[in-house]
Amino acid sequence: MSEFVIRGGRVLDETGERFADVAVRDGEIVAVGPDLSGGRVLDASGCVVAPGLVDLHTHLREPGKEEAETVESGSRAAALGGYTAVLAMPNTTPAIDCASVVRDVQQLARAALCQVEVSGAITVGRAGERLAPYAEMAELGVRIFTDDGAGVQDTRLMRRALEYASGLGVTLAQHCEDSALSEGTCMHEGEWSSRLGLPGQPAEAEELMVMRDIALVRMTGARMHFLHLSTAGSVAMVAAAKASGLPVTCEAAPHHFTLTDACCAGYDARFKVHPPLRTDVDVAAVRAGLADGSIDAIATDHAPHPAYEKERPFDEAPPGMLGLEYALALAITELGIDLARVLALLSWQPARIAGIADAHGGPLVAGRPANLMVFDPEATWTIDASGGASRSSNVPYAGREVRGRVRHTIHAGEPVVLNGEAQR
Amino acid sequence: MKHLLSIDDLDRSEIEGLLALTDHFVEVNRRPIPKVPALRGKTVVSLFFEDSTRTRLSFETAARRLSADTMTFTASTSSVKKGESLRDTVETISAFGIDALVVRHRSSGAPLQVTQWTSATVINGGDGWHQHPTQGLLDAYTIRERLGSLDGVRIAIVGDIKHSRVARSDVAAFTRLGAEVVLVGPPTLLPPSLVGWPVTVSHRLDQVLEAVDVIYLLRMQHERMNEALVPSLREYTELYGLTAQRTERVRDDVVIMHPGPMNRGVEISQEATAHPGAVITDQVANGVAVRMAVLFRLLGSESQLDVLRVAD
Repeated sequence: MSEFVIRGGRVLDETGERFADVAVRDGEIVAVGPDLSGGRVLDASGCVVAPGLVDLHTHLREPGKEEAETVESGSRAAALGGYTAVLAMPNTTPAIDCASVVRDVQQLARAALCQVEVSGAITVGRAGERLAPYAEMAELGVRIFTDDGAGVQDTRLMRRALEYASGLGVTLAQHCEDSALSEGTCMHEGEWSSRLGLPGQPAEAEELMVMRDIALVRMTGARMHFLHLSTAGSVAMVAAAKASGLPVTCEAAPHHFTLTDACCAGYDARFKVHPPLRTDVDVAAVRAGLADGSIDAIATDHAPHPAYEKERPFDEAPPGMLGLEYALALAITELGIDLARVLALLSWQPARIAGIADAHGGPLVAGRPANLMVFDPEATWTIDASGGASRSSNVPYAGREVRGRVRHTIHAGEPVVLNGEAQR
Repeated sequence: MKHLLSIDDLDRSEIEGLLALTDHFVEVNRRPIPKVPALRGKTVVSLFFEDSTRTRLSFETAARRLSADTMTFTASTSSVKKGESLRDTVETISAFGIDALVVRHRSSGAPLQVTQWTSATVINGGDGWHQHPTQGLLDAYTIRERLGSLDGVRIAIVGDIKHSRVARSDVAAFTRLGAEVVLVGPPTLLPPSLVGWPVTVSHRLDQVLEAVDVIYLLRMQHERMNEALVPSLREYTELYGLTAQRTERVRDDVVIMHPGPMNRGVEISQEATAHPGAVITDQVANGVAVRMAVLFRLLGSESQLDVLRVAD
């Protein structure tokens, strides 16, 4: 089906909003306007037609942990969530820290239901000791480097990494966590960790590294993206750094604007994540940052883990939760901001940070690649515990009623999701 | 009451009910043959993922005195060493057909998780830093035995509160029974937040020593030295140990308690253990009776309480 018309919807992109049909042929948008025809009709009545979503933070687990997720299953979850591009994190086994592993993942990505961009590690094996070969990975299209799962602890090494990266025009992304304050912990340190008898990490474990890295950005002039900010202090510091003109961007995850550390009360490890679920005050700050533009993107930190891993005792279970199929609905339901702002956070802003704005997140005009999604912003549904298309089911939102549901997703002109069903 | 996981799950009347029931079993334990048929045919399994000979023996003694059958599963000699998950272990043991699991685990919350995977009654035998509810009950019983009631009693819990499941259970049990609790320790050994804790705090034992009715000393673990929580055991003893000198200053009718095992010369001196107010062995003895009461409350029936009375 290389030719079709998305009919009856309201087009919403960075340029504004208008009622229009969108005609697609051979992977491209060929026309946007009233009463278009040509090929099959995809019903968009009552729906918003928008650029596909872009996730800056996806754990696809391949290679190494295929029982949790594969590039294929993760990309199917992404497509069902309205994403046309995801950035695969490099904390696989082996880590994506050299050209050969990048090539392996790019090879797997050819069968994916969305664009899979590959990120590379900042240090060899994510061990925090030696710089990874950025140039050979950049040559293959890698634009973002991160040791996500851990922060780069060595300040001198981080300085060098920023300096070296700036020469190549690539972006470093930091998982901010000072391990001296976080090692051996499994949740936010505070009222709940004290009551539950669980070792906690303070907000300062994140904030100290945010503070350090802002100083390093000021020193080196290099670009930096802050992953999954979770504390009020982090949001404020990055906002101030942006206001002072530093080249920094940041993201927040759906769970950090939806859930608090009180969720850990039942020792259910589906609520265990790094950085940990924080307090009401932090959730409010993340929400405010998303609303006022301090935070540039909503990124899922989609982190699949098999059930038997999440059934381990809370302190032993691996951190992380699913997100790709829930982010749009949670943003619409929880944030109380208009749809244009929701889409900015989920589509065109992350597309720019990822360096893929030529194909994703851009305005819907003739000649652009057809990476689109169609969603009903009023449709309500209840999140179930199944995990959807993911091979895992670590869903912390089960039973939650949300608003906003993806109807169709078009990736490179291919309708990969039609009427909420993945087509392959 | 199906399980006993945390003192927080019990209200004052439930705690008092268990302490009243304990009186019966203290009496049973004084008999020439301290055994009653209350739980005949029931099977109680000790599922211990962390070494604790005294708690395990106390539970097993309690179960046997109630005529229950007992089985022991300890991690060091078991399939856990071969990598079996907690869930698989629990489901396997439950498949034998058992009535209760006493769970001791290094991870807070593990006994609560176990309840999802078994139809048996689960008793928390100590989980991580979280709770040790039978210890809380036996400590409350011991104070009640000495002082008649906990209402208005001033209790200092001294030492490593942060990492102590005993402290969390004691705070809940003592305060629900009307006692006033002051936590005494350096800030490094107190929980990071005390929001919601019905306690006061002191960083100097000397400030509260003469004002309290009960001094409860927690075990100071040597590995805390490696985490920069206190500079040295010597300095800890200087500030928080119930030394010979401090023992001379306590009230005449003070009650001195310790959950064991003691580090003599660190948190507690010979003079303190020899003080007439020291009830440390009473705690151990009461532990068996309290655990009998808990097992009976969870597995027995009130009609069997008559059986128990007929026996004397």
